[in-house]
Amino acid sequence: MKIQGRAWKFGDDVDTDAIIAARYLNPTDPAELGACLMEDIRPGFACEDVRGGIIVAGANFGCGSSREHAPVAIRGAGVRAVVAESFARIFFRNAFNTGLPIFESADAAKGIVEGDEIEIDASEGLIRNLSRNETYRSQPVPPFMRELIASGGLLSYMMKNLNQEGKKK
Amino acid sequence: MPMTTAEKILAAHCGRDEVRPGEIVMADLDLALANDITAPLAIEEFRRSGAVKVRDPRRIVFVCDHFTPNKDIRSAEQVRLIRDFSREQGIENFFDVGEMGIEHALLPEKGLVLPGDLVIGADSHTCTYGALGAFATGVGSTDLAGAMLSGRAWFKVPVSMLFNYRGRPGEWTGGKDFILHTIGRIGVSGALYAAMEFAGPAIHALSMDDRFSMANMSIEAGAKTGIFPVDEKVEEYVRGRSGRRGRSFPADEGAEYAARFDFDVSGLEPQVALPSLPSNVRPVGEVKGVRVDQVVIGSCTNGRLEDLRAAARVLQGRKVARGVRVIIFPATQRIYLEAMREGLLEIFIEAGAAVSTPTCGPCLGGHMGILAEGERAVATTNRNFVGRMGHPRSEVYLAGPYVAAASAVAGEIIHPARVAGGDRPGEEN
Repeated sequence: MKIQGRAWKFGDDVDTDAIIAARYLNPTDPAELGACLMEDIRPGFACEDVRGGIIVAGANFGCGSSREHAPVAIRGAGVRAVVAESFARIFFRNAFNTGLPIFESADAAKGIVEGDEIEIDASEGLIRNLSRNETYRSQPVPPFMRELIASGGLLSYMMKNLNQEGKKK
Repeated sequence: MPMTTAEKILAAHCGRDEVRPGEIVMADLDLALANDITAPLAIEEFRRSGAVKVRDPRRIVFVCDHFTPNKDIRSAEQVRLIRDFSREQGIENFFDVGEMGIEHALLPEKGLVLPGDLVIGADSHTCTYGALGAFATGVGSTDLAGAMLSGRAWFKVPVSMLFNYRGRPGEWTGGKDFILHTIGRIGVSGALYAAMEFAGPAIHALSMDDRFSMANMSIEAGAKTGIFPVDEKVEEYVRGRSGRRGRSFPADEGAEYAARFDFDVSGLEPQVALPSLPSNVRPVGEVKGVRVDQVVIGSCTNGRLEDLRAAARVLQGRKVARGVRVIIFPATQRIYLEAMREGLLEIFIEAGAAVSTPTCGPCLGGHMGILAEGERAVATTNRNFVGRMGHPRSEVYLAGPYVAAASAVAGEIIHPARVAGGDRPGEEN
């Protein structure tokens, strides 16, 4: 799978209150959540330009609250993937569980600047910076997580396993 | 191989003799929790999967505490969805207005979490139950839906880090100050993906309420969980609260830790986290000339009875400074009632503070105490991110209840001793 888009740069410790403020947490619709993406730290961010883009951030992206609305809002705004030096752990789980592609790469986080054109080869774990002609390697996705994605998410994975257990009995 | 407490609890819940950091295990849960913000997404996911019945309704808890008492129509509809689902599924541990409290104060109080339990919650501060010697961690709504479906969740076994505390702190310093000091030292990702294990004589000397505040903020260092030893204070706390029995999993001799930290808390001053990260910590004596507009005392971090007693000790016979709004939230109905019986509520009201029914409201800028542009609050809560309590250009300073109450009286951030006497701050010795 290849993902291509323009890079939108953020710093370290982007917290989930910044990604989607708590006052917007009572709808669950992705598009509605997406319209408020990053509003408090970068007003006006959620606009047409961002659609199809890739967020590139520093360390500890998604720290703070467990709100799954954060990855949902990112997808809802049309952002295709997030590349960061590192991810906070609940955000990491939530991204996999909800199908937001994320890639951990300190080199990419350092090398990419706002506006660069990025192409990610998800299966190879390679991030190409087309504007600067550079390539960065991302941390490999653990086999279990790949199985989750292949099953179509956590719930389908669990359904499948429960059905198999049921048949054994 | 010797194991840490976190490893032993995970092993016991996936039917293994041993687990190692880095491996991914599917484990059986004792309890899964969600609140009025995260449960609706989980219920939608659960239904979308085609599932009909939850695996075990006794192991699911819903607490409507964030936007309740319902702040607007949409919040009311979210809560109704959870209420209907609970009725349909026979989930008895559904806590609505009148019996609810802030989830992480309520569950231990009700005896729903015990030592050695494995708990997930669709709320990042689920790690609070580590004070009881449980492995408790925050997850998202989809994980919660998975737990409703199967009674299980996947875990990457975390490395453990050991935090040892010794020495006797001063009279105005408590668990909140220990944890702020610790996060100030290691940073907001200092324990990323790790299990923090708390130990040492200064930990055993802490009350349960102080331990809950500490465990609560493990997530602010990026940790997966923060676990305390099960000593006689924990046993005393859980006695009579549950029909189940807890289990203690002390770390083995020679267990491996990714890092070890040693803190001498003798003479540790009360701590304050400046905007806008919980790691931006200074001793209160170094925070000078910071005027405040609002003081919030409560939350899953510091809304328990001892926190209220601490605030009352400072506020008794004093008045809140003119121009400062003080809002005090007992964390549960029981705490509210006990605070009333002890006369604490009267002290608060006489001092000029507002006292509210339990809610998470202001802590996350939900309702009941939102800040305007340029306003500044001192709060006993756990996060001071940009816009956390209201306008993106408002500020939150985090502190313990003594500092918060003293700042309410002085109108600026101040050492409690300068308002209420007792142990003098370092500079005046």
